[in-house]
Amino acid sequence: MNNPKPLQTPLNEERVRELHVGDRVVITGVIFTARDAVHKHLAAGGYLPPEADLRDGVIYHCGPVAVRGDDGRWQIVAAGPTTSCREEPYQAEIIRRFGVRAVIGKGGMGHKTLEALRQHGCVYLHAVGGAAQVLAECVTAVEDVWFLDEFGAPEAMWKLAVADFPAVVTMDANGNSFHELIRMGSQTALARVLHASE
Amino acid sequence: MTPGLTPLSTSGPPSARFVDSPETGGYVPPGVQALEQSLIDLIRRTSCDLPQDVRNALLSARSCESNDSLAASVFETIHRNVDLAWSKTRPICQDTGSILFYITAPASFDRAAFKRLAGKCVTAATAKGWLRPNSVDPITGRNDGTNVGPGTPTFYFEDGSEPVVTIKLVLKGGGCENVGAQYSLPDARLGADRNLDGCRKAVLDAVFQAQGKGCSPGVIGICIGGDRATGYEHSKTQFLRRLDDTNPDPTLRAFEEDILRSANELGIGPMGFGGKTTLLAAKACALNRLPASYFVTVSYMCWAFRRQGIVLDQTGHIAHWLY
Repeated sequence: MNNPKPLQTPLNEERVRELHVGDRVVITGVIFTARDAVHKHLAAGGYLPPEADLRDGVIYHCGPVAVRGDDGRWQIVAAGPTTSCREEPYQAEIIRRFGVRAVIGKGGMGHKTLEALRQHGCVYLHAVGGAAQVLAECVTAVEDVWFLDEFGAPEAMWKLAVADFPAVVTMDANGNSFHELIRMGSQTALARVLHASE
Repeated sequence: MTPGLTPLSTSGPPSARFVDSPETGGYVPPGVQALEQSLIDLIRRTSCDLPQDVRNALLSARSCESNDSLAASVFETIHRNVDLAWSKTRPICQDTGSILFYITAPASFDRAAFKRLAGKCVTAATAKGWLRPNSVDPITGRNDGTNVGPGTPTFYFEDGSEPVVTIKLVLKGGGCENVGAQYSLPDARLGADRNLDGCRKAVLDAVFQAQGKGCSPGVIGICIGGDRATGYEHSKTQFLRRLDDTNPDPTLRAFEEDILRSANELGIGPMGFGGKTTLLAAKACALNRLPASYFVTVSYMCWAFRRQGIVLDQTGHIAHWLY
């Protein structure tokens, strides 16, 4: 397998369009967690503090376990991806409105998001679900947090500094979805398995 | 000792000795602190470690995938993650999920007191970062951070025939909970009739629909029959079985083997990245149904299969671990 491709935030359209389904990447820089509550809030036109600058940025579908030390500083103690398909109703609009260049999650997303990736130059990156420790190790600092009181810790928007955060491109900016491919293959296999028993 | 008639103050299981109810006037019997520590240890280990049967299943699955595949790289990440979690005493997965306690105890066991104590331990473990604050009011959206509220944590009590208290804990993440499914047979879309072949079609459809979204390779618990509530309840109690056990019922055993083999031919693979391992195990049970109903219920457990159990000694300490 080829070495993973390094991605440094902020990303740009050209770099993102070069990525293809199946590419392994490692991200260094800054990522913003956002899950169900934040997506719904933003898609409905909700307020986003200007410091949370998503332009050319990376959204991570993640509700971390965060612990506040005696010094008041936050520490991320577990931070794997959450299932992305729940953000399908909102993601395309958020990519368009904020100029997001990459979305990290798990399980893949649907046609509407795939079309937004193609149209606006963005990629979907798949992190290993459940790998909360391997991924938390890549978080080097908690830079900020918003919506903590409104939405609670898992649903808050965390600004995280990361180094060599590993993921795989499973939906690219050229209209390809690895998830669609696997789904079609498994549909054929399912028909074969069911037929064989008849 | 007669089961269920454990005396309150003499020797016997800690069932009746950790009572912290108001009637005891604030007096904390000696067993309470021990039980509290035992429950916190149970939560910590369940969240931060995988039981040996699950580790074995993951190791053997890894060997089925070809080197240099995405599937193999997922397994490498999984193994590294499991080792890291245990060495750092941190959650294997950030979604520490639904907190499901399964308690077997004599009838004299004070269930209300146990629930209060377990809730306290859950809140303490949350403060330590072993559990994520996961209990959200669906109407207001409020998450008070304690992990205790209506319906959370969840308790299933069973009267034991022996004067022994066993406590099992399952932490089940929301991603895999969301891909669970219940079918009412006959199902015209699937061409599934009211027989085992119909059940097979329903179960394999659930695995297909889940794709990688439940964090495959997963384990599925299946309940054939029952009603809508008991179907889900019993599909989940299948997760208390060791993955390497064998179903005593030969028909269900053959059904489980067939489901596992068939699901692993679908090519969904770890994380839905393709590969030979879509499921690690399938476990099934059957409950009597009404003439009008024929449910098949599938619960999905992710690879981060967090389940542990303890047997308490008479002082409330852990006598031994179950898995």
